[in-house]
Amino acid sequence: MNGRDVPPSDRTRARTPGHCAPWAEPGARPLVRFEAVSKRYSGVAAVDAVSLDIFQGEFFALLGPSGCGKTTLLRMLAGFETPDAGRILLDGADLAGVPPHRRPVNMMFQSYALFPHLTVEGNVAFGLKQDGLPKQEIAARIADMLALLRLTGLERRKPHQLSGGQRQRVALARALVKRPRVLLLDEPMAALDKKLRSETQFELMHLKEQLGLTFVIVTHDQEEAMTVANRIGVMNDGRLIQVAPPPEIYEQPNSRWIADFVGDVNLIEGRVVEAVAGGMTIASESAGPLRTAHVADARPGDAVWVALRPEKIGIVRDRPASDVNRAVGEVREIGYLGDHSIYKVDLAGGFVMKVAVANMMRLIERPFAVGDRVWLSWASDAGVVLTQ
Amino acid sequence: MSGPSGPAGSRDWGRRLVVLIPYLWLAAFFLVPFLIVFKLSLSQMATAQPPYVPTLDPGGGFAAWRDFLAGLSFQNYAQLAGDWLYLSSYLRSVAIALASTAMLLVLGFPIAYGMARAPRSWQGVLFMLIVLPFWTSFLIRVYAWMTILQRDGLLNQALLVLGIVDAPPTWLSTDTAIFIGIVYTYLPFMVLPIYATLERMDDTLLEAAADLGCPRWKAFWLVTVPLALPGVVAGSILCVIPIVGEFVIPDLLGGSDALMIGQTLWLEFFGNRDWPVASAVAVVLLGLLVVPLVIYQHLQARRLEAGR
Repeated sequence: MNGRDVPPSDRTRARTPGHCAPWAEPGARPLVRFEAVSKRYSGVAAVDAVSLDIFQGEFFALLGPSGCGKTTLLRMLAGFETPDAGRILLDGADLAGVPPHRRPVNMMFQSYALFPHLTVEGNVAFGLKQDGLPKQEIAARIADMLALLRLTGLERRKPHQLSGGQRQRVALARALVKRPRVLLLDEPMAALDKKLRSETQFELMHLKEQLGLTFVIVTHDQEEAMTVANRIGVMNDGRLIQVAPPPEIYEQPNSRWIADFVGDVNLIEGRVVEAVAGGMTIASESAGPLRTAHVADARPGDAVWVALRPEKIGIVRDRPASDVNRAVGEVREIGYLGDHSIYKVDLAGGFVMKVAVANMMRLIERPFAVGDRVWLSWASDAGVVLTQ
Repeated sequence: MSGPSGPAGSRDWGRRLVVLIPYLWLAAFFLVPFLIVFKLSLSQMATAQPPYVPTLDPGGGFAAWRDFLAGLSFQNYAQLAGDWLYLSSYLRSVAIALASTAMLLVLGFPIAYGMARAPRSWQGVLFMLIVLPFWTSFLIRVYAWMTILQRDGLLNQALLVLGIVDAPPTWLSTDTAIFIGIVYTYLPFMVLPIYATLERMDDTLLEAAADLGCPRWKAFWLVTVPLALPGVVAGSILCVIPIVGEFVIPDLLGGSDALMIGQTLWLEFFGNRDWPVASAVAVVLLGLLVVPLVIYQHLQARRLEAGR
């Protein structure tokens, strides 16, 4: 696979937010609706009262740690599992009792599940033959789909004669050629190496735009979810914790769990001192007084946490002028990651603050060394106040 | 590669030895006996010890060799081809083998399928149940069938008690009894290879078929059966070949009016003491069984090549 016709990342990114936001429009009709859907396995809830709307044209990502119920949710939509409670609607019609082979959704399996005894062509044709389409139309649609996924010339190959990336594209072609109302992708890139994975991510977005379909992807890889999706639903223990576009998930997590699961974060415990419209003042033991532009639903005296992303913290040698949003400490560890470095700084009270510093210049000698006394500071709009 | 001496050289020898051992085994216990049988098939019956001519006198020099070779002929094979007794015997064996293999397939596939679809924890038990009869001697199990199938045997008693028949039908010494015995005996050889291929099959393939609009019953024919085909072929070969040469089952359970080729061979050898004709029967039987194997090997090789 090569990345020649993959759109540059910045262009794609710019197109995504605000491009369409049907979930924000009241009265918009969802394409897929989960209504308080639950599924239990021997008493344990795999999916616990999940309600979710997915709209036409969305690229929706279900993100969560393994065993959080995201795959079960996807499999219920495909019809491989039956919900114990709740309803799943597609285009307003209840899917209960509709067997998998009658649902206008198609799944790309994590293992690809290509038929080993059929050729590439046979695999892609399989679904169309079930629909009883005329031979010429099947041939034309297969040719189009193989061309779209750059598989032309491999028609006669068997799956075991293909590379991992080619197999993945055959699986994608096989699901897409049916023109499903919703394409379900179960960890579609888990078996690819890192470079191929990021190319494929952009290719997927490109395909979705080109075909005007609705994609639902299940992944445990937050970078993947952030890259491809218009909206992410983060799941844990069978529950949907937060549903929002990627920037909101990252910048405005609704709980400590989300803040911690998505990206790296410093969670500073404190108590509300003052809460006004323009911001909050919070007293903390480890980082002193904090001021945030973000306002949470908390009153003075309430226990809260301030979530600070490592890359939003500055690190300097001299004491900053401001007397809020700063802390002093000692560099304990430095992790060099190429494009940036992570500094772990010991603060008062044993709190360890993670600070990410972009390595913008090619410095062989780092500005700070382990054991240095440093000051940390951050802007008041950097922190998010969390109450749970 | 390094020279003949040194560690690489000795490792090379070790490798050759590993390959050589099975060849030596085959040569000593298959090729040499086969050549002896083949030579016998070219001899003539004689009232002597051993009961055939010519025999080679190793000390006799050139003249002995010449007489020996001159005494050999393909006369026995001409006899086989000319006598309807032998031909019908071969045909009957092949027909019984093919028919019983078809029955084994019809019976064995669902069993293997059921085993492969059973919960993991049951599969070990089911596997044991299939293998368990092997713990008793094959001969004893066939004798057991004789008592079951005899006139006042278990089968007839059960049929009479259940009111299915009014008078006890004859089972023993019929072709039905032969088929019962063969299907019973060879069932594991059909079930196990099919089970092995089905058990390896990825269940997501069936989900993928359903996802692509294929109902379950159709997915069975479009996905499960083609993927089980190697097991079906292996099982069928494992059954057809020994059934063609089967002796004990037709001899104990079947009638005496029509013989399978194994029985004919036995009769020639022990009844008529005609070792040369018995040997010719055996050589032809071997040819008969090797041909389908060679065809199968050839197809297999072609498929592998196509797969490359």
